[in-house]
Amino acid sequence: MGVPPGFDAASAYRAMVRMRLTEEALVQAWADGLVPGEYHSGIGEEGINAGVLAHLDGRDSMALDHRNTSPLIGRGTDLTSLMLEVMGSEDGLNRGRAGHMHLMDPGIPATADGIVGSSGPLAVGQAIANGRLHPGRIAVAFHGEGAMNQGMLMESYSMAVAWNLPVLFVCKDNKWSITTYSAEVTGGDLVERARSFGLAVEKVGGDRVEDVHRAAGRLIARARRGRGPGFLHAGCHRPGGHFEGDPIVRLLRNPRGQAEEWGPPLIQSARTKSGGNRSDHVAAVTVLTKRGARAARDYAVRARMDPVRHGRRLLEPSAAERIEATERLEVEQAMTEARAAIGPRATFGATGGTR
Amino acid sequence: MTVMKYGQAIDAALGEAMARDDRVVTWGEDVRLIHRDLLARFGPDRVSDTSISESAFLYAGVGAAMGGLRPVVEIMLIDFLAVAWSAIANAASKYRDFSGGSWEVPLVVRAGCGGWYGDGGQHEQTLWGQLSAYPNINVVCPSTPADAAGLMLAAVESDEVVVFLEHQLLSEQWMDYLAGGRRPTVSFAHLVPPDGAEGDVPLPLEPLPLGRAALRRQGSDVVLVSLGVGAHRCLEAAQVLAESGIEASVLDLRSVYPLDTDALLDQARGTGRLVVVDEDYVRGGLSGEIAARLLEAGVAPKYARVAVEGTIPFAPHLEYAALPNAERIVTAVKALE
Repeated sequence: MGVPPGFDAASAYRAMVRMRLTEEALVQAWADGLVPGEYHSGIGEEGINAGVLAHLDGRDSMALDHRNTSPLIGRGTDLTSLMLEVMGSEDGLNRGRAGHMHLMDPGIPATADGIVGSSGPLAVGQAIANGRLHPGRIAVAFHGEGAMNQGMLMESYSMAVAWNLPVLFVCKDNKWSITTYSAEVTGGDLVERARSFGLAVEKVGGDRVEDVHRAAGRLIARARRGRGPGFLHAGCHRPGGHFEGDPIVRLLRNPRGQAEEWGPPLIQSARTKSGGNRSDHVAAVTVLTKRGARAARDYAVRARMDPVRHGRRLLEPSAAERIEATERLEVEQAMTEARAAIGPRATFGATGGTR
Repeated sequence: MTVMKYGQAIDAALGEAMARDDRVVTWGEDVRLIHRDLLARFGPDRVSDTSISESAFLYAGVGAAMGGLRPVVEIMLIDFLAVAWSAIANAASKYRDFSGGSWEVPLVVRAGCGGWYGDGGQHEQTLWGQLSAYPNINVVCPSTPADAAGLMLAAVESDEVVVFLEHQLLSEQWMDYLAGGRRPTVSFAHLVPPDGAEGDVPLPLEPLPLGRAALRRQGSDVVLVSLGVGAHRCLEAAQVLAESGIEASVLDLRSVYPLDTDALLDQARGTGRLVVVDEDYVRGGLSGEIAARLLEAGVAPKYARVAVEGTIPFAPHLEYAALPNAERIVTAVKALE
């Protein structure tokens, strides 16, 4: 396959390293109790984000989902400001009103929304606005494969084709809908589904940033020329699970501990006289063990799909090290600054904030 | 009598309802994992995971209910029900009337609601005021495990549509799932009302009729009216008020609809002062409805409301200030004279 024309391995790697380090810093901040609520990290999606973002110019629009930190960073959102927002500070990007699921950066412009599937119709709207106000600009929707079962997303595919809008739908397929295995609850093939709406379709491995770059480039160039919307399907892995503290990841990391907690009530429930029959209990156990086994297999196999590690192999080691050193310094500085602003926080509520 | 946690009590009641009646089934996002004990007891035919397709699987609940089942459709968080609003606004609330009263929709919509744990403006709404606006829709939100069990049993046994809201702050299942309750670095102990999260549940489980308020505290000076976590915040406020010589009643509505108007009138007449504490938006909701019921009955107590006035902010201290906390309640009561 080789490296596609126009692909700059160094800048792609720099973007991915910046995303990974920032995500890791925020995951640690969550574990340290500094991030309220949930945190859905974009670890594992860096190849998709960097490969797509490389084609966007200064004013292309983005509609993001709950894993929005990395695309924002890739478009230049201020690190400290983003970190402060995710940690719930009034000095953050959105003055502490948004939190990590709803980050808004009008300067890009980019929206983020925690309602699964909403990035599709939002990007369609951004494209309509761009068409009237800023011809040549495109809109990108990032969503997961789970979102493809949401009506509004499928409706937006149809609308984008019918109105011939400059939209790229990027499907980051990590195989899991929250903590349900997507294939168990999905009818048909997702790529075929997208094609049947009339979208121009490309399918790549999201761990290979140069492949994402090539495929996204074709779809974006097409959309920019007014030749209609595209759909990019990119497989990926979510090593952190749906969100930090994901029960399935807990199970994988500590099978015995989780079994000790879940086991006794499960056995007691199965033994309750007023319940299903033996085949129901067997089927229930099969459902749960199958899910655990799928998760274990996915996590073992897909752990090898690390886009950052792959991106590093496209560079000379010394060049990669220089990039890592400068990015690490910037991310660490931003996190140090953000942590200093937040101060110690052992609880949420009236006294849980800053200012 | 046995001690149960809030979420455990709801699942125990749902399990009891499923054991009593084969037509009771449940589906929703991740239910097999979250309610794995029900899965183990009844098997995957009656406990089903859905895709992330709220509009389809809630509308499907309406169809299944009219087809002879008694579905308990779980919408993970009530905020997500907005994606499926038509199933409530145009279907579940209407079909009984469209059939001339000949066709019931015995549907339960189960969903988490409410805040205080730092999840922001798209995951912490209650929306119970809006939901209760439609015909034929009952809306409940229990404040204790005992009420949670009783109301769930009543909801499943009812031939009408019941939206069963479980407050996320009280539910050990949701706090574990959403709030990262396992983080040893974060404590929610000062925010979670202990009597709401865990408590005695009478056995055998019995249905608790919808629409009956519970008087949690008796006082002569003012009545604080609320439900869910709000009822606990009222009790906290009542303790503070007592130190200033103000004795407050606390009326836990338990249902937004049916609304226990008799209990409201009784308390309003007795104390002459009424404060609605509502973890829902101030506009177009429960607090205005209560004021209207009082005026319609010719009862005009001194009145105030403590509710959510805008988007719930993410930053914890702003979130706390935006929700009906005990300090806001005390201030509102004192402003009534």
